[in-house]
Amino acid sequence: MLRLVINRLLLGAITVALASAIIFGAVEALPGDACVAVLQRDAVGQRLENCRRELGLDRPALTRYAHWAAGALRGDLGVSAGSGKPIATLLGERLRNTLLLAGCTLAVGIPLALLLGVLTGLRRDGLLDVVLSTGGILAMTVPEFVSATVLIFVFSIGLGWVPGIVLAAPGAPIGDFFPGIVLPVAVLTMVMTAHILRTVRSSIIEVMASDFVRMATLKGVRRARIVWRHALPSALLPAVNVIALTIAWLLGGVVVVEKVFNYPGLGRFMIDSITERDLPVVQALALLVASVYVTINLAADLLTLALDPRLRTHRGRG
Amino acid sequence: MAVLARMLARPSGAIGLGLVALHLLAAVLSPWITPYDPTVIDAALMFAPPGAGHWLGTDQLGRDILTRTLLGGREAILVTLVATPISVAWGGLAGIHLGLAGGRLDDVLMRVVDAVLALPWILKMLLIIVTFGAGVNVLIPTLAFFYGVPVIRVARAATQGVVARDFIAAARARGHSRVAIVWHELLPNVLDALMVEGAMRWSWMLLAFSSLSFLGFGVAPPTPDWGLMIADSRSFMAIAPWAALAPVAALSTLIIGINFAADALAKAVGLDRAQSAPH
Repeated sequence: MLRLVINRLLLGAITVALASAIIFGAVEALPGDACVAVLQRDAVGQRLENCRRELGLDRPALTRYAHWAAGALRGDLGVSAGSGKPIATLLGERLRNTLLLAGCTLAVGIPLALLLGVLTGLRRDGLLDVVLSTGGILAMTVPEFVSATVLIFVFSIGLGWVPGIVLAAPGAPIGDFFPGIVLPVAVLTMVMTAHILRTVRSSIIEVMASDFVRMATLKGVRRARIVWRHALPSALLPAVNVIALTIAWLLGGVVVVEKVFNYPGLGRFMIDSITERDLPVVQALALLVASVYVTINLAADLLTLALDPRLRTHRGRG
Repeated sequence: MAVLARMLARPSGAIGLGLVALHLLAAVLSPWITPYDPTVIDAALMFAPPGAGHWLGTDQLGRDILTRTLLGGREAILVTLVATPISVAWGGLAGIHLGLAGGRLDDVLMRVVDAVLALPWILKMLLIIVTFGAGVNVLIPTLAFFYGVPVIRVARAATQGVVARDFIAAARARGHSRVAIVWHELLPNVLDALMVEGAMRWSWMLLAFSSLSFLGFGVAPPTPDWGLMIADSRSFMAIAPWAALAPVAALSTLIIGINFAADALAKAVGLDRAQSAPH
């Protein structure tokens, strides 16, 4: 078991390193560099050379990658080419905002998805099931900017209940994000609930038809106890992976939703830094998001192993 | 054909295929059936509500919304319809080969696949679009490449499910070449999974394409495009909601149609699609 955990940790570290190398390589291969982007028309002669020396762009690519990676390992991500501020500070503010948005969404969405998943699974093809299954496909597939537009139209313009836009600056105190955060959370909750509900529903159907549930029923265990104490825990296992991917999706920058609601999170930061060709920031963002993605998937794998001892004897998913 | 019949037998499959067919038809025929020029600006007609001359009203520049909505899916459908088969083909073949080969090559390349998947889609796509522009000749290869990477995983897993079976060993014992094994033994067995994957890729690509347009990195104005139309009309939603409504309905019905069809296809070939995560 310990060997397996160490093995997974190592593979995860390799994946993150590769992802950062890919982004570095891609940025290298594209024409133009951070200095050309920042100086724009002034990017000629002495000024260009000075800027390149300042940012260390005159050294060979491999040296720069090694230097950057060594800094990143120490937590030093360098300075933004556009604003000259330390990237760690800029990133920290946006990360906090993204965590706030993701946290609110998960706090609403996970309990909701589990509850609805169990209810629809128990009453298969009932009215609630049909309505939620159809609505679920709508929520899962309709682009976020479409559902966001509709919600803004109804709840912000039509009813005037909540603002349709977030006006807080990236570093504003958390209180400033309310009540503007309500609609973005609603849009994201719809998407994630639909995905998790679907998984929980199908595993509840499977588990309720299994021998141990029939056994419990025959023993005279109350139905509510069977559902919540016996069926739900085993139905959760397949949901762990979906929930993990959902968290990775929420933390990886929900670009469109952030753009629609003007929310100052990682997603908008990503768009802005790419359009401004602020390449040091792009690299830092790629590193952060790849690490989050790998860590969460790793955690889900390990959690699955912990919950289901049968998997430990195999080589796993490989 | 048997698969198609089974898809049509389900209400969701029939609705899905119907919606997709309707949209394809509109995309092909729209240049001949649209009543107005999609780009001509008429200041006197700004924000005309739906009525006799303009059934779905006009937008902030007095352009006919019915015309623009009918034409607004053409580029999205063209790009994604070309990119989807390419992505499934290259990702599928690469995945089958890796699943068959195994060993060190498989270990190394799957790390690279994981690394590419760990990076957010917008970061990967925008890096390329900002540099090379958002023309059709850039978007097709970019979408085809990035959406093929996850197909590698699916095809590899499906291949690993069959590669240990007896008929593969038999083909090897008969001395068949690797190409022959891939083509005649493996491909028919993973084709169902690839077809379902292809349908899903198509809907995700449409999502990515219209999101890019919505964000201002895709189709350039004044070309009519749903993502762009929704972005433009958002500021005027309080005074002219019909301008946003038509492209919202068009894009939604196409994507829902594809997903209904994909669901019906998965059920028709006996695959379980219960587990999916936000994309």
